[in-house]
Amino acid sequence: MSRAQAILMRLLHLIPVLIGITVVSFLLVKLSPGDPVRLMMGDRATEEAIAVVRAQLGFDLPLWQQFALYVGNLLQGDLGDSIRYRIPVAGLILGVMPRTLFLAGYVLCLAVPLTIILAVLAARHAGRWIDQAIRVFSVVGMTVPVFWLGVMLARFFGLELKWFPVAGYGETFLEHLHHLFLPALSTAIWLVPLLVRNLRASLLEQMGADYVTASRSKGLPEGYIFRRHVLVNSALPTLHLLGVMVAFLIGGSVIVEIVYAVPGLGSLMIGAVLGRDYNVIQGLTLFYALATVLVTLTVDILSTLLDPRVKL
Amino acid sequence: MTALPAEFVPVSRKGRRTLEIGLGCGILAAWLVIALAADWLAPADPDAIDLMAVLQPPGMDHWLGTDQLGRDILTRIMHGARVDIAMSVFGVLPAMLIGVIVGLVSGYFGGWVDSLLMRLVDITVAFPFFVLVIAIVGMLGPGLANFFLALALVGWVSYARLIRSEVLVLRDAEFVLAARGLGYQPAYILLRHVLPNAMAPIAVYAMSDAVMVMLAGASLGFIGLGVQPPTAEWGAMIADGQPFIAMAWWICLFPGLAAASLGLGFLLLSDGLAARWISK
Repeated sequence: MSRAQAILMRLLHLIPVLIGITVVSFLLVKLSPGDPVRLMMGDRATEEAIAVVRAQLGFDLPLWQQFALYVGNLLQGDLGDSIRYRIPVAGLILGVMPRTLFLAGYVLCLAVPLTIILAVLAARHAGRWIDQAIRVFSVVGMTVPVFWLGVMLARFFGLELKWFPVAGYGETFLEHLHHLFLPALSTAIWLVPLLVRNLRASLLEQMGADYVTASRSKGLPEGYIFRRHVLVNSALPTLHLLGVMVAFLIGGSVIVEIVYAVPGLGSLMIGAVLGRDYNVIQGLTLFYALATVLVTLTVDILSTLLDPRVKL
Repeated sequence: MTALPAEFVPVSRKGRRTLEIGLGCGILAAWLVIALAADWLAPADPDAIDLMAVLQPPGMDHWLGTDQLGRDILTRIMHGARVDIAMSVFGVLPAMLIGVIVGLVSGYFGGWVDSLLMRLVDITVAFPFFVLVIAIVGMLGPGLANFFLALALVGWVSYARLIRSEVLVLRDAEFVLAARGLGYQPAYILLRHVLPNAMAPIAVYAMSDAVMVMLAGASLGFIGLGVQPPTAEWGAMIADGQPFIAMAWWICLFPGLAAASLGLGFLLLSDGLAARWISK
């Protein structure tokens, strides 16, 4: 099967997933015990008024017709209106999305170089004290609650030393960098250990491979072998992992946004959940899933372009 | 923050790792004792409000200080251990049970059953774990029961994938072929011959999953969607302390350390067992 065919198959594979996430996001609201119309109308609405609005929104139709209506609206980019803000959910999401994307990009800029440095150090000195120290850092980084780390960093670097603001997003690009440093750092401290463990393991695996022994027997210097052969061959599994992690990052940023009051998708999500804003929860859940699918797809295609041996 | 995909079952060099496993078991056992005996060990009543002693720093009267309502932090951490341990155990077990059944059936029978179940897996992993948990809890309402329900609905996926890949190998093993040749029922073969041989990676993954589930539960508590006040829970305690962080750091600090140490226990055990059982 040629590469183009493989990519085409991968795209066809998306169809059931896309249908699935649409169904799940639809059922999420339909199966919930609350009544969105009643919430939207407030406590003082009469039964007649509620019935009229219910009919207007199509909530009195059979379930499959409601689903058809939902899909029809989705295809036109209509996610319904927010019950709380009374504006279209799609606009609300697109309005705050850049902030979350900025945060995610920032985290990657911090995490990727740090991961490479730590993993290379650990693998080249495997079993020695520096490897042990990095391992301890990894284990601790994975068990510490991100939100707690956020609160603690905010107190120390924000309130004590006053180096960074403890909340908000800022106006200009530089202010964004300044405001989002602590949120990005808190997330990176949680993300880096996972990546380091993975990259270190695949570096060690490659270092024991036959082609390394062959290069060594030719008399090539260790540093050259490491850079030219080992590092390049270890990059792919970690790229794959990074794709999984970016998907995780989108979800993981929710709690960090709350701690640092960053008005992004996460804050919107929590606000909607606490305020029972059903349409926003539904729209955001769908949006998050689409973003995840897109990231995974990109990484898969990128992997097969970089290394033809990778099967999709 | 999130349950990890199955790729994360740690792979490390073979070794007995007695120190790691012992330390992990020790930490977990200590927390279990604290949680079970909180009523007798704790110096105070977890919900006793004492407005004469609000925001007291750590000292002789209150070893870890008091919160904004004068409640003893040490006592609340001990009682909170009950909730946080319960979250990690009961958040993992139902998901594991569902995942194991799905994985066994899917891997052993193959065919359209397998395709159908794996499409279901694809759809579930398309949602970021924490977002889906929040969405489900948000729709059903806050509280522990809904948290467990959400985790069972979302968390089974990794177990199903993990056990399916084991079953695909074991399906053609000689002892399985022999059992089939002797005419045993598929259910008997799966439970008696396949499952015991596929259990090690599941147990190892469940331990590291427990860390992530506990952190997810504490995160929900922090947001206000988990255990409802006044019940003591570590994440909710940290949220309580956040407004007072400038003057009373101890309200936040100690519950966070408690959560990290419980997670450390699970992770050490998971790592140690991985090296002992499934290293290459």
